[in-house]
Amino acid sequence: MTCDEAEILLHALIDNELDASHAREVEAHITTCPRCTADLAAYRQMREAMSKTDLRYTAPASLRQRLDAALPKPVAKAAPDNVTPLASRRSVLRGFALGSVVSAMAATLLVAVVLREDNQQVIESEIVSSHLRSLQPGHLIDVVSSDQHTVKPWFNGKLDVSPPVIDLTAQGFTLIGGRLDYVDARAIGAVVYKRRAHVINLFVAQTSNPARKPAKIETIQGFNIRRWSDRGLNYWAVSDIGADELNEFGEKFEAAERANKEG
Amino acid sequence: MPANTTQANTIQDDPERARRFREAALPHLDDVYTLARYLLRNASDAEDAVQECYLRALKHFDSYRGPAMKPWLFAILRNVCRAEYARRNSAPATVLDDTPETAEQTPLWREEQETPEAEMIRDRDASAIRRMVDTLAEPFKETFVLREINNLSYREIADAVGAPVGTVMSRLARARAMLRSAWLAEQEQQR
Repeated sequence: MTCDEAEILLHALIDNELDASHAREVEAHITTCPRCTADLAAYRQMREAMSKTDLRYTAPASLRQRLDAALPKPVAKAAPDNVTPLASRRSVLRGFALGSVVSAMAATLLVAVVLREDNQQVIESEIVSSHLRSLQPGHLIDVVSSDQHTVKPWFNGKLDVSPPVIDLTAQGFTLIGGRLDYVDARAIGAVVYKRRAHVINLFVAQTSNPARKPAKIETIQGFNIRRWSDRGLNYWAVSDIGADELNEFGEKFEAAERANKEG
Repeated sequence: MPANTTQANTIQDDPERARRFREAALPHLDDVYTLARYLLRNASDAEDAVQECYLRALKHFDSYRGPAMKPWLFAILRNVCRAEYARRNSAPATVLDDTPETAEQTPLWREEQETPEAEMIRDRDASAIRRMVDTLAEPFKETFVLREINNLSYREIADAVGAPVGTVMSRLARARAMLRSAWLAEQEQQR
């Protein structure tokens, strides 16, 4: 890793936005580089100083009143039940925002817990972000190989599952490698394929539900996602190729996987 | 503020929908107001922008599908502020746009002219830090505020500003580097 790369990535390190393997890479560079070590220390110090100061603004009461008047009224009888808990919840949240590092972390956790309720959509949106992140230079692949017998063992010990790695070159989808990623606060395996100039990331994670779920195709931010579940694994294939081609990829993968297991 | 405000009474009269919207959106009022204050640097414009943001959000509430309310509200607020910039139409350097290249060519850190030196030398109180943040060029300021003050993740920031996560990362790195120089300059003065 070069200083130029580390200069950007050390911020992601400070913000806990890196997956384990990238974090290790950045840390490895920093320990060998006095300049980046100094940078990291300075940014952490600056951040700590800022976190002791309340930089937020509080919406004035006049604005709350204006909004209350402008927004349509909720059910009349529910209003008293409704307004009070909202107000108290707000003051609880404000308590979190009082500035110490610890409370900032607690607030983050709270958000995470709330988000979990809408799990599937959050996960898919994170998957698209991981896909986008993987397209940044140097992020696509941790283990470069078109050989499934190299990629598959590479995941051993890095994940709680062993993602099936299947070479589909003969079917028009070239295996180019694998990557460790981080989705929904868990390490997740990504197997990377190429179709012409397009990248397909196949994310694989464990699920407690062993039932087979048929494929569903969705589009998020212009990317197609094909999601399915089989034998206790959840799969998400993400790419900018068309939905029909992505579906073809998924079907070929599933067929090859079945042939592997049964054959 | 332009008077294109959505009239709340044209929205279908559905108290249940109103309740859901209030519960989903009002807890973020301080966050939305905070971003508006940083982007518009003026309390009364910020109030107008926030009200307009909430009315637009209500209007489009039926098409909102998640996952997170806060980045969605921020994205709407940005559009409102963009219209306000166009209306002011006087300070092109503060226009919110998606061309970081241009922004990167303009001088990114300007000394705060109107601030008496004595005030800057004092303890770094909230208003001093706010002034430092205020002098950042728009795309950097916005990214910095969303991360450090509104506590959004990179992905949520990317959703709110409609830019890839990679762009968010590089803008944040630039913003912190600029603030750090300002910070160091101030420390030098204090000695």
